[in-house]
Amino acid sequence: MLKEGEIRIPSGCAISGMISTSGKKINGSKIVQSIATMHDRSNGLGGGFAGYGIYPQYKDLYAFHVFYDSNKSREECERFLDRHFDIINLSKIPVKPNQTITAEPLIWRYFVNPLPTKLTDSQLDEKEFVTRSVININSNIEGAYVFSCGKNMGVFKAVGFPEDVGDYFRLDEYEGYAWTAHGRYPTNTPGWWGGAHPFAMLDYSIVHNGEISSYDANRRDIEMYGYKCTLQTDTEVITYIIDYLLRKQKLSLEDAANVIAAPFWSTIESMPKKERDKLNYLRNAFPGLLITGPFSIILGFEGGLMALNDRLKLRSMVIGEKDDMVYMASEECAIRVIEPELDRIWSPKGGEPVIATLQPKAMARL
Amino acid sequence: MAIDFLYPEYEVVRDKDKCIGCRVCERQCANEVHSYDEDYDCMVSDNANCVCCHRCVALCPTRALKIVKTNHTFKENANWKGEHISEIYRQAGSGGVLLSSMGNPKDYPIYWDKMLINASQVTNPSIDPLREPMETRVFLGAKPEKVEFNSKGEIKNNLTPQLKLDIPIMFSAMSYGSISYNAHESLARAAEALGTYYNTGEGGLHKDFYKYGPHTIVQVASGRFGVHKDYLNAGAAIEIKMGQGAKPGIGGHLPGIKVGDDISKTRMIPEGSDAISPAPHHDIYSIEDLRQLVYSLKEASDYKKPIIVKIAAVHNVAAIASGIARGGADIIAIDGYRGGTGAAPTRIRDNVGIPIELALASVDQRLREEGIRNRVSIVVGGSIRSSADIVKAVALGADAVYIGTSALLALGCHLCRSCQQGKCNWGIATQREDLVRRLNPDIGYKRLVNLLTAWNHEIKEIMGGMGINSIESLRGNRLMLRGIGLTEKELQILGIKHAGE
Amino acid sequence: MKRIYVDEKWCLGCHLCEYHCAFANSGKDDMAKALKNVKINPRIQIEEKDGISFAVSCRHCEEPLCVKGCITGALSVVDGVIQIDKEKCVGCYTCVLTCPYGAIMPSDDGVVQKCELCLNNSHGKPACVEGCPNRAIIYEEKVGD
Repeated sequence: MLKEGEIRIPSGCAISGMISTSGKKINGSKIVQSIATMHDRSNGLGGGFAGYGIYPQYKDLYAFHVFYDSNKSREECERFLDRHFDIINLSKIPVKPNQTITAEPLIWRYFVNPLPTKLTDSQLDEKEFVTRSVININSNIEGAYVFSCGKNMGVFKAVGFPEDVGDYFRLDEYEGYAWTAHGRYPTNTPGWWGGAHPFAMLDYSIVHNGEISSYDANRRDIEMYGYKCTLQTDTEVITYIIDYLLRKQKLSLEDAANVIAAPFWSTIESMPKKERDKLNYLRNAFPGLLITGPFSIILGFEGGLMALNDRLKLRSMVIGEKDDMVYMASEECAIRVIEPELDRIWSPKGGEPVIATLQPKAMARL
Repeated sequence: MAIDFLYPEYEVVRDKDKCIGCRVCERQCANEVHSYDEDYDCMVSDNANCVCCHRCVALCPTRALKIVKTNHTFKENANWKGEHISEIYRQAGSGGVLLSSMGNPKDYPIYWDKMLINASQVTNPSIDPLREPMETRVFLGAKPEKVEFNSKGEIKNNLTPQLKLDIPIMFSAMSYGSISYNAHESLARAAEALGTYYNTGEGGLHKDFYKYGPHTIVQVASGRFGVHKDYLNAGAAIEIKMGQGAKPGIGGHLPGIKVGDDISKTRMIPEGSDAISPAPHHDIYSIEDLRQLVYSLKEASDYKKPIIVKIAAVHNVAAIASGIARGGADIIAIDGYRGGTGAAPTRIRDNVGIPIELALASVDQRLREEGIRNRVSIVVGGSIRSSADIVKAVALGADAVYIGTSALLALGCHLCRSCQQGKCNWGIATQREDLVRRLNPDIGYKRLVNLLTAWNHEIKEIMGGMGINSIESLRGNRLMLRGIGLTEKELQILGIKHAGE
Repeated sequence: MKRIYVDEKWCLGCHLCEYHCAFANSGKDDMAKALKNVKINPRIQIEEKDGISFAVSCRHCEEPLCVKGCITGALSVVDGVIQIDKEKCVGCYTCVLTCPYGAIMPSDDGVVQKCELCLNNSHGKPACVEGCPNRAIIYEEKVGD
């Protein structure tokens, strides 16, 4: 049977996310509790989490989380890292054995900074240098897979139900201002940890529920800009699209959403001129990055979360608010289980982004 | 010489019980096949003149006529077919190049028919176009590489000129001369009604049709017929014709007999003179020369019109397209070897060029590999026969398609492939006034609108089935296609998997 | 009212209108049966010369000379349509002489015939209009009529 990356596997899913906009620390057990409520939306073939603000002591360093098939691939990858990065700290990621989590790879964590000389020689900006290094490792070092590489954030994922994955990675020992989670329901058994979600690139992480019908159009378009879709998953391509629109094209989150889940032409035509001109421009300029077919995503980034549905809203997504907390999930139960008394709960419209960011004071503390 | 007698290819079969002798067949056949025989008091036929255009069959009020292929035969021979033998007789008699028209009719593979389309089941929903919006609007033109912002941080509109198509279908280039005034009027009015474009071809733009300018693509071909500043600025885009699928590598020839008063004025050539387009543009012997013409035309039109470069699908088409994309063109039109023509040497039409499906797949892939696919739009033509062909073309990577033959069929063409004779009984490929009159543009334009409206409905249905609600998301979406009965090599070129994979 | 109009620009001179007229007024259900070996005498007729052709049939004039001149009252205007009562017609042919368009002619059964817009035959609507392949004969209400 072909592995993830060699074949495209559609999957259904559950997603959940939460953020304290005042920057309060949220224990990882909360997000595990939330996603566990939607147990039936997963089938034990993938679960994962992304936490933001979890590495305050290393907040200026890139945190690489890496899966290795063997020590040989680890040695090769570490040689590569040595040549290109200043490694400040390296260790195994602490795990707690769990009966349901099997076929474990070696899981390592590195806090690194690009070597200044290498960075200068590359003529790239720092983020691009890191991105290319990660793509290089993932496509060229067999058995090595960097699945998280942002600053002050980290992804934890495995094959299994999400609650077991959370237990395995001991998430109750982490605290962050924002978390996202994913439970996966793939339609066959890839059995590969790298295929679980969230998918991350730098500090962007995506959890996604859906099966986009525009996949190959999006993939072939984004691959023109130096990305390589090795996993053949929606999440991977959506992450790259977001990275491209936000980091490379410098669009705002709202305008990135206007590209990905563009309003219909008929809607655009009924808008005031200024808005209409902008939306016409965006659809016209990025036709290959429009995503159609069902999706609900939660994008994590430094200082915030964004929830977005496809423009027809073919996947469920609810938003809850309580004091400084914003919750986003596939189902209301995943929010109520942590916060039964909400100030407000609603379903955003298709294509309408919901953006929750840290308040300026909290942002400044990061 | 007796050896030059060739038994007619088609026979008129007349049901004598049904024939009422109304003589409409006789009046309507420009080839003079039918006549009334006073001695026998009945209609008779001269099969030798029949081109199988079905005008008589369509107009016979009692359905008394049909045309059949003769069963007269040469002695069976798998190698020397009747076609080869009779063509040798014809050339031995005339010493001339064989001429024919419309697209390559030979039995080469048709890749459209070897690709199947996907549909959603369970894991994602199909979308019902009757209940949900379904978008087929396309903008053609170069896309900006970088978004720019003004001092207030607002997005600046740095788009170069674009063509807005409400449906991803345009009418391909057919000159006034190769087709009639009424055919042109039908195309122009249909393009306007449909929110798309028709194309002047290399014959200039008749003064009556300047009013359709916003829906017109004006062509600049090697003969430069009818090209002047007002012409260049009259249309919505300018197309440089480097080649044509039906006859790659050769020019065009409109015989003087078709160059009447009106055509002479439109083409800006003396009445009665042959209009000969040279094989190459004599100011373009290489890619850097093309770039100069592209920019000359942009200068002449004040950078307000997208420039299309049309080429025939030939062996090295991917590299050529890359050169064109880097040469400043906004749109590349590729014409496959099945593309039609008003007249072409038979041997060229039938043996030169490659299938549009393969050309499109390799051009799209090559431009993506070079990272320049979004610098140009790709329009393909050369036998788009149905909405399914369009869906497959877009999924392979086309932004839109050109249709020529299909449009002419809608106007009444029966593909008799005798355009070069100038006696089109359907009033399309002719300049004879009494024949041109047979195509009433009030009827013609409506039929074109009907056809494209129907196709657009079908495209929406197919897209909805795939769970796609905007054509942008279909473009280049090759996972939506699977090959059937194709070799590994063919699948590799098309960039698709085999059915079942 | 709706009238038949002809446009010589689109008339091909194919004469199909004449045959459709003859068939519609034949009372038969099959054109071959109706017109085989028959010399037709249609109520619409093509005039042609020098490459120009057009169909001529009753204009259904608002002040019809034929009706005015009819000595027996066989011609009358019913809802704008000039109709003929064959029982009353004595075949004096005054109408044939007075019609400025030549749209009334002797019929094969001794009286006169003219276009009645196929309202009184089995076809029910103008057969010439339906049978014209190039929309050179149209049946419509024009503004101002």
